[in-house]
Amino acid sequence: MSTVVLLLVTGVGLGALYFLVASGLSLIYGLMGVLNFAHGSFLTLGAFAGWAVARAVGTTSWAGFALALLAGAIVGALVAALTELLLVRRLYERHIEQVLVTVGLSLASVALFEGIWGPDPEFITGPAWLDSTTSLLGAHVPNDRFVVIAVAAAVLGGIVLFLRRTRYGLIIRAGVENRAMVTALGIDVRKAFTVVFAVGGAAAGLGGVLASQYFGYVSPHLGGSLLIFAFIVTVIGGLGSLAGAAVASVVVAVLQQVANYYWGYGDLVVVLLLAVVLLVRPSGLMGRSAR
Amino acid sequence: MSRPTLTPASAVVTVVVPVVVAVVLACLPLLAIQVPGVLPGPTYTPGTLHVLALCWLVAALALSYHLLFGLAGLMSFGHALYFAAGAYGLAIVLQHTELPLLGAAAVVLVGGVVLAHVIGAISLRVTGISFAMVTLAFAQAGNVLVRRNPGGATGGEEGLALRTDHVPDALVGVLHTRNLYWLALAVLVGTYLVVLWVERSRAGHVAAATRENEVRVRVIGGRPYAVRLLVFVLAATLATVTGMAYLLLQSGAVPRASSADFTLTLLVMVVLGGVGSRWGAIVGAVVYTLLDQRLGELASSDAVAALPAVLRVPLSEPMFLLGTCFVLVVLFLPGGIAGLAQRLARRRAVGPTPERMAA
Repeated sequence: MSTVVLLLVTGVGLGALYFLVASGLSLIYGLMGVLNFAHGSFLTLGAFAGWAVARAVGTTSWAGFALALLAGAIVGALVAALTELLLVRRLYERHIEQVLVTVGLSLASVALFEGIWGPDPEFITGPAWLDSTTSLLGAHVPNDRFVVIAVAAAVLGGIVLFLRRTRYGLIIRAGVENRAMVTALGIDVRKAFTVVFAVGGAAAGLGGVLASQYFGYVSPHLGGSLLIFAFIVTVIGGLGSLAGAAVASVVVAVLQQVANYYWGYGDLVVVLLLAVVLLVRPSGLMGRSAR
Repeated sequence: MSRPTLTPASAVVTVVVPVVVAVVLACLPLLAIQVPGVLPGPTYTPGTLHVLALCWLVAALALSYHLLFGLAGLMSFGHALYFAAGAYGLAIVLQHTELPLLGAAAVVLVGGVVLAHVIGAISLRVTGISFAMVTLAFAQAGNVLVRRNPGGATGGEEGLALRTDHVPDALVGVLHTRNLYWLALAVLVGTYLVVLWVERSRAGHVAAATRENEVRVRVIGGRPYAVRLLVFVLAATLATVTGMAYLLLQSGAVPRASSADFTLTLLVMVVLGGVGSRWGAIVGAVVYTLLDQRLGELASSDAVAALPAVLRVPLSEPMFLLGTCFVLVVLFLPGGIAGLAQRLARRRAVGPTPERMAA
């Protein structure tokens, strides 16, 4: 029983990390049709920025942790918005080229991170409470799992509120639904593009800081390893669907943890799940239509 | 692009030029040509031949990727999987069975075709960006499998060394690099011919038409799925063959050959050279491979080490320079190297006309 609880909570924690990456990917794809390969780099940069701030303030203090989260989100949002303005916008409506630009950016940025911070992971520490465990139904669950889950839930709530209650949210939802119509009504959708990139980048930056706590290290390859699973999550959940991304993140991560524990091949099981979903429902769990 | 009948001019380009180039390249091991700064030594030395053979194999792989991306418009992020299947498959079969090289290669080839067929049939249920992600996921699964080292079969992170008991002596050792060079060149020529044949076949035309407008192909009775699957399997098979030659050349397989990054570099090569152009893919691959080899030396040179950190750090990362080049080409040079060459040739043929000068 305690093993099952531990696997479940750890799985949901990992799912929360996947969601933080996948939510941005899914929003960006839904609105703009861009598959953002540089999203992992936003995450990595957020993690390094957070770690730098935490070291300046004090790695074991709660203030350091909170400021690290803030710094990660701000850096992620800024870099993402700049990427959209400087690179993606120039290739408006040319989806393949947009993907290629983000591919180039991700290759170049990971190499640059390696040059600056070295290729090896750097082990980090956080507030002492995060490293200890809490007893939950007889299982000793590391506390950082709860923080990750709470932050991801807050991000999900925040994005939903933003989409439902604000004017930009309205434009974005309408744009996902039918972009040509929104443009025809005289609304500049391109501003919404930058906003979506910034929101996705902020979520990824937060995810970076949390992922470095979850795994216990920062490395230039932190983003790339999470990005692939985030891709799988977005396809399984249905491209462009936020709710689909949330559900698929948890399903994929829990399945991965359970399979890893009992058979040791969690990653393969996830790909198998992807294959099954594609065969049964090519548009994903909550996607509208296959593109 | 390709025409059903050959005009005299296009016959020169598609038949004579490749033959001349292949013959010249085949003679390189017998000559002593030095290209300072590009090649490490005279062309008959094993070191240079090894670099060139690597170029030809990478070019063959890029050509097979061109078949997918340039002809059928399928952006796959999992092409490295079939390359790795060739390299690892041959290494494993040679390790555990007593089959001779050709027999082992035939077994791996059949395995590669089956693998490509199964994965292609599933991934092609979606198109466009979803297809890219799904192929990426499958390749990642392959990469994980290789790194996990199931049953000690793949050697994990260390990679797998080639067991040479059943490989002919003429293909083993530094002394025989020349033969491996010819093997690599033969793989490139063979791949080129297959790609040319596919592009000029009916299936190739349907694939190109599907790339441009799938609905229309469907309306006039074509079957986009079947044609895409055919091109996918063919490209994967070519990649498997190249992977086997790569194993012989490098006398081993490393996990990097199965990584998503490796497929991304293929994409970079094809785009650098010019999407949709056979020669573009070859030139892109050769330029990329040479740059990759040479930029590494630039990175460790004293001139770079003496620079301030702001310049030294980016310059000492070849991938950063190549990635930046790639972004610039996508932004400012659509059509890549091939497109640039075409534009220059056209400008020379037309000459500066008065209107042009005025504009």
